[in-house]
Amino acid sequence: MSEIISDLNTIDKESIRIAKKYKQKNKNAAGSKEGTFTKIAFISISLIFVVLMLVVPLISVVINSLKLGLAFYIESITTEYVISAIRITLLATVIAVIVNTFFGIVASWAITRFNFKGKQILTTLIDIPFSVSPVIAGLSYIMTFGRMGWATPILDTINEALGTDIQIAFAVPGVVLATIFVTFPFVSRELIPVLNAVGTDEEQAAALMGAGGLTIFRRITFPHIKWALLYGIILCTARALGEFGAVNALSKTRGGTFTLPLEIDALYLSGSADSITASFAVSSILVIISVIVLILRNIVEYKVKK
Amino acid sequence: MAKRTKTLELHIKKGKRVIPGFGLTLGITIAMVSVLILIPLASVLVYSLSLSGEEFWQIITSANVLYAFGTSILCSFIAAVINCIFGVILAWTLVRYDFPGKRILDGLIELPFALPTAVAGITLSKLYSNKGAIGSFLDKFGIAVSYTHIGLTIALIFIGIPFVVRAIQPVLEKFDSQYEEAAYSLGASKRTTFIRVTLPELRPAMLTGFGLAFARGIGEYGSVIYISGNSEKKHTQVVSYVIMQKLNYLDYSAATAIALVMLIISFIVLLFINIVQIRQSQRTNNV
Repeated sequence: MSEIISDLNTIDKESIRIAKKYKQKNKNAAGSKEGTFTKIAFISISLIFVVLMLVVPLISVVINSLKLGLAFYIESITTEYVISAIRITLLATVIAVIVNTFFGIVASWAITRFNFKGKQILTTLIDIPFSVSPVIAGLSYIMTFGRMGWATPILDTINEALGTDIQIAFAVPGVVLATIFVTFPFVSRELIPVLNAVGTDEEQAAALMGAGGLTIFRRITFPHIKWALLYGIILCTARALGEFGAVNALSKTRGGTFTLPLEIDALYLSGSADSITASFAVSSILVIISVIVLILRNIVEYKVKK
Repeated sequence: MAKRTKTLELHIKKGKRVIPGFGLTLGITIAMVSVLILIPLASVLVYSLSLSGEEFWQIITSANVLYAFGTSILCSFIAAVINCIFGVILAWTLVRYDFPGKRILDGLIELPFALPTAVAGITLSKLYSNKGAIGSFLDKFGIAVSYTHIGLTIALIFIGIPFVVRAIQPVLEKFDSQYEEAAYSLGASKRTTFIRVTLPELRPAMLTGFGLAFARGIGEYGSVIYISGNSEKKHTQVVSYVIMQKLNYLDYSAATAIALVMLIISFIVLLFINIVQIRQSQRTNNV
């Protein structure tokens, strides 16, 4: 008898459990319907935002640049001013990328491989260009090397002694320096987290076995950081090509020290409908480069994550 | 193997620097930071400090400078708030849902980083002017965008969106969904779960993204100067534009004085971001 009762109890409990489970299942079903609605809403909002805010402006550059036909387009990107601007832009970009890559490797090595006082301060100082307005970057070089700058007398003395005529502010070296300033932290910032994550075990082992610094870097460190390094270089290149504010303060001669963004500015502000179309044509060169950068970046980012 | 590890540990414990190159790399790093960043910025500081207090005060409190600071700060703030809202939606969509074209959408977020600011500036200005594709549509409803504060804010939204999305995305990826599931199975509705469980976890990342977008917005030059119209009368000049204008008039005292105030503001924002990040890392380490 008692066995039967306990059996009944078990059956009862079981049925309650099943009923609960069923109820739960139903609720989940309702929940997922609510989920699909949210999902569709979120995806739509995201798509609309990205298309309206990012894609439409991108397409509108291309449409504006071809408004007066292909012949006008080619003519406006091959003027003397534009060719000179392309030259200066490439020069500044190549130098900035070389300097910042060298700095990025050296600084990230010092910061991640050794412990020293003031490390946090040094990292913050390196990041300054991220938080300073580019116009202030330009201004600071003018205040150093310009007419009022304290370094101008020193530069004059050097020029006199060597019989040279090196100018920095309002000349090509100033443009290069300003470009270096705004892209300064790009490479080191990509390398530091990777080097921190890799740790120093392998390098310490190699050092104890007698490997020199360069060998350690070439054989052990470099293979770990190569994708992050490439990623940093891509970011640095993109920013260097497009820098405007800092260079605008330091460069005043069209056809001499103007970079592509400054040439775009000059064409756009000159006001006639033709020159505005020309400025969009020159812009389209930079748009094509930035789309290529985006694609490269995506590929490399994927490799870094892997 | 164990023996070798022990020798290594001994070396490290003795505080010996096993890896070579400490002096050289640190020396180069400090030299380059000083020559390229610190000394030029210090020149601005030294020059602006050579002004008398009265002069400095007069420059800073002149009407158009005050309006420029007001415009820059207000528009950057509004843009950063809007970016926070859309940033959460975008990051959420990119992390939680799967749909065709997701990777393209993810890549496009970075467009404002890759596109030169001057190009973005002239395009947005043209697009939202009363003859442009979007501007002419809005014009029918009597909304003028280009050459107003609205246009300025739109340019700042464009420039700031990747900062917010890229700050929130990694946190959301790491976020353990078991807390949400726990809340949900305890009977909380989806909305309550989001507000009470998910959002507090995202708050530090949102603040970081907000701070970065805000800091960038205050200093922004290239993308805003075309669409803002730079009218002194309508108060659409931003701080960077005023500095550049003073520079073009060779008014170095005014340019450096305004720059100094702006540097102080951006350092405060930077400090705020650092504090948020330190708190965030402490919190994640405790868990």
